[in-house]
Amino acid sequence: MSDIAIRVENLSKQYRIGLAQNRPDTLRDVLVNGFHRLQNKLGGNGEVYEDSPSHIWALKDISFNVQSGQVLGIVGRNGAGKSTLLKILSRVTNPTEGYGEIHGRVGSLLEVGTGFHSELSGRENIYLNGAILGMRREEIDRKFDEIVAFSEVDKFIDTPVKRYSSGMYLRLAFAVAAHLEPEILVVDEVLAVGDAEFQRKCLGKMNDVAQEGRTVLFVSHNMSAILRLTQEAIVLDQGRIVMRAPTPEAVDYYLNLGLSKQGERHWLPEEVDKAVEPFHPISLRILNSKGKIVDTVNASEGFSIEMEYRLSDAITGLRVGLYLMTTRGEYIFTTFDTDDPSLYEKISVRPAGHYVSRCEIPPDLLNEGRFILGVNASTYRIRRYFQDDKALTFTVDATGAPGMQWPEKRLGPVRPKLDWEIKAAE
Amino acid sequence: MENSRQKNATTPLIILQPSKGWLSINFKELWLYRELIYFLTWRDIKVRYKQAILGVAWAIIQPLLTMVVFTVIFGNLLRTPSQDIPYPLFSLTALLPWQLFSTALQRSSVSLVGNANLITKIYFPRLVIPISSVMAALVDFGISFIVLLGVMTYYHYWPGWNMLWLIPLIVLALLTALAIGLWLSALNVQYRDVQHMVPFLIQILMYASPIVYPINTIPAGIWRSLYGLNPIVGIIQGFRWALVGGNPPDVTMAFSVGMVLILLVGGLFYFRRMEKTFADIV
Repeated sequence: MSDIAIRVENLSKQYRIGLAQNRPDTLRDVLVNGFHRLQNKLGGNGEVYEDSPSHIWALKDISFNVQSGQVLGIVGRNGAGKSTLLKILSRVTNPTEGYGEIHGRVGSLLEVGTGFHSELSGRENIYLNGAILGMRREEIDRKFDEIVAFSEVDKFIDTPVKRYSSGMYLRLAFAVAAHLEPEILVVDEVLAVGDAEFQRKCLGKMNDVAQEGRTVLFVSHNMSAILRLTQEAIVLDQGRIVMRAPTPEAVDYYLNLGLSKQGERHWLPEEVDKAVEPFHPISLRILNSKGKIVDTVNASEGFSIEMEYRLSDAITGLRVGLYLMTTRGEYIFTTFDTDDPSLYEKISVRPAGHYVSRCEIPPDLLNEGRFILGVNASTYRIRRYFQDDKALTFTVDATGAPGMQWPEKRLGPVRPKLDWEIKAAE
Repeated sequence: MENSRQKNATTPLIILQPSKGWLSINFKELWLYRELIYFLTWRDIKVRYKQAILGVAWAIIQPLLTMVVFTVIFGNLLRTPSQDIPYPLFSLTALLPWQLFSTALQRSSVSLVGNANLITKIYFPRLVIPISSVMAALVDFGISFIVLLGVMTYYHYWPGWNMLWLIPLIVLALLTALAIGLWLSALNVQYRDVQHMVPFLIQILMYASPIVYPINTIPAGIWRSLYGLNPIVGIIQGFRWALVGGNPPDVTMAFSVGMVLILLVGGLFYFRRMEKTFADIV
């Protein structure tokens, strides 16, 4: 039942860094280098031509198994080695060390639209791209109508793809790839492109593929996609596997280990307008429930937003505010640190000094997605000291949010946990 | 259940490991990818003529104009001997295999770099790329051949059974282009100097082939044998003989075939050795 689809042992890949600049690109360089080396050997002028470019291990000692029919996620920061691993598994490049076995045909989607030619029509590109991805001609013939239907470009199928909108182009390219039928599918970040509608469609198709019992390796920066599609995931960091666990655990580990290095915004004195005096912004940050600075917060856990600033003089009636917006620019809410009237009474004059205004965001408030945080410091009807509408962006992840049993994108920027009651009507 | 049953029947096993030096050539795999060769060849042809107003007519204009230029300069002005064959026909019968060879060589030598986007994203036997660019030259040849038949009719030359020899000769011309193309395309991945060198190489080879002059201009004996080391010599001589007569192929033909085989086997192994690094350095 559980036969192994992929088995790799101590796989490593070494690259020369600065390959593009350092390699002897032309025969002339080879000849010149050879000449210099000869000169040195003959006891030349003592100048040493160091000819050992530094190497880095993009992957080091990677070992893992994937059961047939399993959908495995791979997460990690940029440069962690995810793409290199997929390239080795799809045989685009060879490992420097180690051994691996793959039982089955591998279809790799390291990019959508590989080999698409802009001068050719949609129809011609379906055949060309299909052949490049490893489909047989009769296989393409058989699936042609299905591909066209999925891509929704039927009217333009005989138009050169250079006249397509970028959305049509992507849909067509993904449609071809989505109809591949290998035993093992290797997918890299294909879903990161295109609009929301396209992403929804891709995700749905990927879900189908996973349901069909094929082995899938799936790399993405999109944690909610990883959570939806995979049960188990590998966390890569600096070319090594640092964890393999059930996906929610692995994602949690990835997000909390401080692997995401944003979630904080600093203002340097020189980038702030002099007119802010006496309000000097220092930093704005997002903290998760454990007090770590993070770029991604979990929707089911509360988090806090801290604004740090310095007052060089006392301000009367100061209010420090936060605006939360979606990436489309719709406001979700506005809040001020002195919204509470009694608090406003109490500190009607804020003396000079160093402050942190901290706002607690309750659990189960926001829907998954990317949000923009703006800040503002003002005295009502008197003066606005400082404003930055796009001070910081952060991501909300839907793990543990209500309704996760249905892997679909929910509409709306908020996703509150509400009480429902179901009872038989009279 | 159904899935696993189906799987056991056809599941191939793929081994991933560091590349060893000289790998053997996997012809079986190449055969599995024959449709990709077909599609890439078809793409090359389609794209080449897609935005040209004259389109496929270029495949007619090129050899025709070259024939006219050669006839004026070498035939009329320099009075090059042409073995009693009308000079236009004399040069055109050589130009055809020459252009087949030179187009194929030119395209295949830059083919890997031109398809870098495929090489870095998808696995397939890399040999597919130079092979399909060589095949694409065959279409131009087919069109030019119609011109040749026209010119032959004009001069009242009727092709005989000898014309069947063209088939092995065309194959030989393609293999020659592929043999050199394999070396150059693999070298070009690392050293882009190659693509600047190719036009010169082609020019030199052209003057070192019996295109504008007959082969007996070269003194028989050791010189003729050395001359025969240029693999195109035998092919061109054979072509001319099969179509309009003249010197029949002799021992130079054997030299040409031998040379092609050496270049081809060497090229295949060199290409196989280098192909593992293409994706990393292209």
